[in-house]
Amino acid sequence: MYGALWRILPGPVWVRVIILIAIAAGVVYALFTWVFPWVDGIITPRDVTVEQ
Amino acid sequence: MPEPDPDATTLAHQSAPAARRRVSVVGVLGELLLTAGALILLFLGWQLWWNDAIMAAQQSDAASGLSAQWAEEDRATHGDAAAPATGDYGDPLVDTSDHANGEAFAIMYVPRFGEGSQRGIAEGTGFDVLNSYDTGVGHYPGTQMPGEIGNFAIASHRSAYGGGMHEIEQLQLDDAIYIQTRDGWYTYRFRDLEYVTPDAVGVLAPVPHHPDLTPTDRIITLTSCNPLYSTAERIIAYGVLESWQPASAGPPAEIAAQVATWGA
Repeated sequence: MYGALWRILPGPVWVRVIILIAIAAGVVYALFTWVFPWVDGIITPRDVTVEQ
Repeated sequence: MPEPDPDATTLAHQSAPAARRRVSVVGVLGELLLTAGALILLFLGWQLWWNDAIMAAQQSDAASGLSAQWAEEDRATHGDAAAPATGDYGDPLVDTSDHANGEAFAIMYVPRFGEGSQRGIAEGTGFDVLNSYDTGVGHYPGTQMPGEIGNFAIASHRSAYGGGMHEIEQLQLDDAIYIQTRDGWYTYRFRDLEYVTPDAVGVLAPVPHHPDLTPTDRIITLTSCNPLYSTAERIIAYGVLESWQPASAGPPAEIAAQVATWGA
């Protein structure tokens, strides 16, 4: 999977590394901005109150 | 990761690119599992630190903005002629008017919790209040109001979502818990901690754990989750009212300098 990604990328090693870092940054940005807040709303939030 | 293949050497010899491109089911499954593990760790990091820090900053800003707004309104009403900075102002003014769920009517400030720990207190303890970017601390409906005889009970997160009571276990005897409302400043002094199960609603009683008794003291009760990063138990902090001063007298001396920077 990741091996295939590495082979698809063009250019020498340092170009591929830069592209991969850019892709990873984009993925993390998307996760932090949209995916994680959405997931957070679905899974039960932490309960802090006392109640019966 | 390619699996050991008895034919690998011959394949590599005959057609190297074809051999490298071989994809095994187990290999892809392994990579997917690794990815899932990394995503879960990343989510925990986002929830417990990244989003926590963002929410803490926003809740802190919202609280200091509200504090500054009230100070401004009080100046507009009473002018700059401040009441004497020291003195006995008698029994505290108690605002017993009904507040709608989610309405911020007070601000909590505990110096022990560190700089930027001020939080707005809104009516209600649902997640719409506790997980809000504007408040973060909720007042248990039905419990008393700031300064009132009985129990002013509030709740906040201990970790994540801004963690309004993250440092609650660090409270020491006589630590100040300041509550600001439109009317003024209520100074509570921390007394003790208690660890209870999540169903221990007795801590919210006007006299904690003694719902039959008639209260004579004006106390504050903070509730949060325990242990840190868990919800198995609740940590409870009690304090008693020491003094009260009207808004026109300005904030208590200990935090006056800091409050002056709010909303600036």
